[in-house]
Amino acid sequence: MEEIRIEHLSKDFDGFVAVDDVSLTINNGELFSFLGPSGCGKTTLLRMIAGFEAPSKGRIVIGNIDITDIPPYKRQVNTIFQNYSLFPHMTVFDNVAFGLRIRKTPKPEIKDRVGEMLALVKMEDQAFRYPDQLSGGMKQRIAIARALINKPKVLLLDEPLAALDLKLRQHMLIELMNIHDAVGITFIYVTHDQGEAMSISDRVALMNHGKIVQEGPPDDIYERPQSIFSAYFIGETNLITGEVIAIEDGFMQLKCPDGNGGSFEIGSTFHFAQVLGRELTVSLRPEKIAISRSKPRVQDDVNMLRGTIEDILYLGTHTQYIVRVGALRFRVFSQHKRVYFDDKALDWEEAVWLFWHNSDSWLIDEIQDNETSATEPPDGGVNHYQRSTKRPTKV
Amino acid sequence: MKRITASRFYKGFNLTAFSLVMTFLYVPIVILVIFSFNDAKIITGWRGFTWKYYAQLWQNDIIKQAFRNTMLIAVLSTLVSTVFGILTALGLQNKKFSGRKLISALIYVPLVIPDILMGVSLALLFNFTRVNTGMFTVLIAHITFCISYTVIVINSRLEGFDYSLVEAAMDLGAKPGYIFWRIKFPLMLPGIIAAALLAFTLSIDDFIITFFTSGRGFDTLPIYVEGTIRHGTITTINSLSTLMIGFTLFLVVITKRMRKVLISAL
Repeated sequence: MEEIRIEHLSKDFDGFVAVDDVSLTINNGELFSFLGPSGCGKTTLLRMIAGFEAPSKGRIVIGNIDITDIPPYKRQVNTIFQNYSLFPHMTVFDNVAFGLRIRKTPKPEIKDRVGEMLALVKMEDQAFRYPDQLSGGMKQRIAIARALINKPKVLLLDEPLAALDLKLRQHMLIELMNIHDAVGITFIYVTHDQGEAMSISDRVALMNHGKIVQEGPPDDIYERPQSIFSAYFIGETNLITGEVIAIEDGFMQLKCPDGNGGSFEIGSTFHFAQVLGRELTVSLRPEKIAISRSKPRVQDDVNMLRGTIEDILYLGTHTQYIVRVGALRFRVFSQHKRVYFDDKALDWEEAVWLFWHNSDSWLIDEIQDNETSATEPPDGGVNHYQRSTKRPTKV
Repeated sequence: MKRITASRFYKGFNLTAFSLVMTFLYVPIVILVIFSFNDAKIITGWRGFTWKYYAQLWQNDIIKQAFRNTMLIAVLSTLVSTVFGILTALGLQNKKFSGRKLISALIYVPLVIPDILMGVSLALLFNFTRVNTGMFTVLIAHITFCISYTVIVINSRLEGFDYSLVEAAMDLGAKPGYIFWRIKFPLMLPGIIAAALLAFTLSIDDFIITFFTSGRGFDTLPIYVEGTIRHGTITTINSLSTLMIGFTLFLVVITKRMRKVLISAL
């Protein structure tokens, strides 16, 4: 087993703690991502694994070898840099052959292996061009070939797609997954883009302020966030604060103030022990909420709220509604499926019903500071909601 | 309409200014080259074509000695000041080196000090330390003022250096020495060549500092030229200058060609 073990790793830059006591095991052959906002320590962590930064505390072990004090040029780890860092004075061929030449590989072997690598990244016909004659996507491929030719045990990728445009990014993401399947080594991927991390990774470690906030498969982090930060950083969510007023047979009832002096009740399943009177936060993903003009048929395990549409944002794949309930604003995503359409499209300032299943109310054992808005982001979160200023004329 | 007149005015102004600059820069040189072939003792008018003064140049042992001296000083001071320039610039890039601000300020000073001050102060120093003036003192003086230029040229090249390339090379298994010769040095090379060229021309060209540090018996070309003009015979000077212009042009063209060859060879 060539697993990577990170043990109590810390990095202190003159009093600024970039990485704070991180422990973690990355399995052999895994595609593992570190995800977090800028300044969360993910790149520092990667640089410590590569050997460019010496940890202040802790150890890094690959297989049975402690690599903490081994210089970068002796580690069986290779890196894809954010700006590719191709050597500008060398051809594509010489760039890719760089690692082999250091190891004094015989010439015919160099030729064969560089050819193989260029074929892997589909750049066979570019061997004698210089980096400044290549596009961003091509440079990216050469950087991958240059790293993989050394047969590393681990490939580190530092925001590798950040410099590419959207279409190319999506394309390279699939390409990266294919390359990962082809070579079968461990990939450690660092990104601030949750979409990238979610789609590519076997497991994700979400980081904030130098610590790992949550780690697990992408769907686990998305569906079962353990903190307000996790819930908010990955995807979008509605956060509602409430007090436990009833517990019964795996279900519970929360009383939530609506910010206008009134309150409403939310039913929920729960995944940790509950006490009456305790304050909690409910994370409710916008796509789990259904929206309708007419009142749905009542079921026991469905939550229902009455609200007013404040804003409608048509986004192609779905429409985002901002619905006011008391002083709270709920974000609701509704897909354009015929079955969901009312006979007439929903309109601004229209009274609507919001409803969702009890088990979609996900409980988080934390309290938001700001209780007035369901969509207010916590510290470090990003508020994607911007009120549109243009209102279409009513039909 | 007004805008068109304004732009026309600027166009006219630009053209005039450009022509004037070009005239003052190149007309004297062209005249000098033409008159080096003029069969007359003084520049009064065209008296027919001749190679005479080039032949005289070839026969003049003092000129040949001065030329050899100039070349020797130029080559040696270029070599030494370029090597020192590389080392100093690399040192100045080391962020852990605490004195680098002071050193770089000290390096810049000779650029703004008048040559005459530098010449006199060096002459005083040599006098004070009782070093016999001659080739050695001229060499020391030339290295001294050339270093300022080489450091600045090479340092500015290093300022734009992308250090992630060093990390990338290290990541791929290269040790520091290998990284220097395969990555850093080739990428510095254009700067090094430019620095060497600058040092070379500065050294060939220098009169004032050389004048104060050479003493009797060690003449470089500028010193010889000045001495000769003082005695009133300028005919060989024209041909000598023409040769120097040709040599400099040759040097510039060669280095431009060589740069590409050198970089791809490394």
